[in-house]
Amino acid sequence: MSILVNKNTRVICQGITGSSGGFHSRNCLEYGTKIVGGVTPGKGGQTAEGVPVFDTCMEAVQQTGADATMIFVPPPFAADSILEAVDAGIKTICAITEGIPVMDMVPVYQRVMASDSVLIGPNCPGVITSDECKIGIMPGYIHKKGKVGVMSRSGTLTYEAVWQTTTAGLGQTTCVGLGGDPIVGSSFIDILQLFENDDETEAIIMIGEIGGTAEEEAAAFVKDNISKPVAAFIAGQTAPPGKRMGHAGAIISGGKGTAEEKVRALRDANIEVADSPATMGEAVLRAIANH
Amino acid sequence: MKIHEFQGKEIFRKEGVTVLDGRVAKTPEEAAKAFDELGTSICVVKSQIHAGGRGKGTFQENPQQRGVQVCKSAEEAAKAAEAMLNNTLVTLQTGPIGKTVNQVYVEAGCDIKRELYLGIVLDRAEKKPVLMVSSEGGVEIEEVAAKTPEKIFKEHFDPAEGLHSFQVRKLCKLLGIEGKTVRSADKFMKTLCRVFSTYDCSMAEINPLVIAEDGSMIALDAKVSFDENALFRHPNVAQYRDLSEEEESEVKAAEAGLSYVKLDGEIGCLVNGAGLAMSTMDIIKLHGGEPANFLDVGGGANADQVTEAFRIILADANVKAVLVNIFGGIMRCTTIADALVTAYKNIGFNVPLIVRLEGTEVEEGKKILAESDVDIQTAENLTDAAKKVVASIA
Repeated sequence: MSILVNKNTRVICQGITGSSGGFHSRNCLEYGTKIVGGVTPGKGGQTAEGVPVFDTCMEAVQQTGADATMIFVPPPFAADSILEAVDAGIKTICAITEGIPVMDMVPVYQRVMASDSVLIGPNCPGVITSDECKIGIMPGYIHKKGKVGVMSRSGTLTYEAVWQTTTAGLGQTTCVGLGGDPIVGSSFIDILQLFENDDETEAIIMIGEIGGTAEEEAAAFVKDNISKPVAAFIAGQTAPPGKRMGHAGAIISGGKGTAEEKVRALRDANIEVADSPATMGEAVLRAIANH
Repeated sequence: MKIHEFQGKEIFRKEGVTVLDGRVAKTPEEAAKAFDELGTSICVVKSQIHAGGRGKGTFQENPQQRGVQVCKSAEEAAKAAEAMLNNTLVTLQTGPIGKTVNQVYVEAGCDIKRELYLGIVLDRAEKKPVLMVSSEGGVEIEEVAAKTPEKIFKEHFDPAEGLHSFQVRKLCKLLGIEGKTVRSADKFMKTLCRVFSTYDCSMAEINPLVIAEDGSMIALDAKVSFDENALFRHPNVAQYRDLSEEEESEVKAAEAGLSYVKLDGEIGCLVNGAGLAMSTMDIIKLHGGEPANFLDVGGGANADQVTEAFRIILADANVKAVLVNIFGGIMRCTTIADALVTAYKNIGFNVPLIVRLEGTEVEEGKKILAESDVDIQTAENLTDAAKKVVASIA
């Protein structure tokens, strides 16, 4: 098995007639993803990238049986597109769009939580189950079917981790880009639980970065709930604390969010932390060996 | 995006958050005129810069002068303005370089009964905005948060619903606010929360928030910043942008679609992706070097952007070597290799350039670099790249 998506997943692209939506739909099709349609309001009845375009998600789901979507809609309209996908009952929603206003995401998050849908992103590279289904903008060829579950808050740094697990001979089950925005649909904890329940996933690597407390929360969760070996890397260990914006952000995190704090929390949960971004693959090997 | 205090107060005044009367002055004469127009017995002359800690901050040119001063006459106001204008204010938040004061805000005085702290920010963990108040107003609030967190009270609110009256009553009880000030607080806090949501703020901080002798609640300060991604729907806010407050190289980079933050080291970095850019800084430091900047060229950079990125990096006199780290995904390594060669020739490099390429079309990209006549060292992997760039300036 794998998590979230597999070879049977039927995917639509919201924003398929735009340049990014079209380009990446094409790449996903080449990878073998079952892209079955697209949605662009006002362009229903047309064909794009060889698949039918619909005006609404509702029609797209009714006529194609889609159960996943990737969203390339421009930022001012993207929150509405996520809500439309939830309303249409789509199970896995990947919002690739970068630059959605945070305030738009507050009600979207609440709506997603009250539904059966899973939202990945926004501002993320997407989700890929190696050799089965690629939804998003990651380069397909660096992925190789294997046993590591990958999850990350970063884009290109995720590729680095994937590449290192590929060259280390481990390969991946599924790789999830959680997204870099302040409010994203899925957290490390949500994905950790899915990897824990997945038979094929034998080890997990999480790639975090400074700011927020997502890594600390994930570390606490791993301690109590995850039986599989876990490795991690935190980006931004040397980022200077300057350039701050007033005091309010520092208060709400209670002084948390620094790399040192995150690394300490991770190590405390027996997670193998890579010191260098060049040794993420080795960290996974160590985590497996020490388990 | 940050704005000035007086601009924040313009918004507050328009939306019904109580502020005192005030005028912006760019000369001592204007400051004197403002004092007379305000018609109060005292006024406060406040330096307008995009940083906090002004009250305790001092001027490089005149260490006796603070960034905020109470004045009792038009002459005093003019004198204070003269001491501040065109001088460099250094506060805890500006760093040692300080910031030039181009304008001051002359504000009416008021009788203060009590000083409080109020801040609104997005709570990432709860995925909602949170209103925070504390009885410890006017002081370093981070110190309060670290030493006595029990003195900070929080209420989350839904942007669509706004803050509820019962939440205000709760906070008032905790702060020991009674009588007619509770009514004033109700309007003040609810309005401010509405402003936070409808203007797409990323932070709104009032320190101090005061209770006047007559019991009313007044915003004595206004530190407001906005979500850049939402400026498209707030043209009135977007025009508040003051480019003179921002690092020139960072403004230039933003115009070219690059994300750049200047740092103090010697190794310039050009990377695609924010996480990888931060990690590149990390690995340089791990091998004994100091990064000169954070630079993310984004996912789809072209030759023009790469050239501009090099210009910005090389304009920094501290830079002694440059490391390019690209993991091609959407961006092909061939595109970046061509852009590197072109940029190298156009700009004329006088420092070592180390390039690490990986990802889409990597072999073809490396071939382009190898066959070009420019002096580029290639690296096999991240560690190799970091070692080579650090060695190049040793």
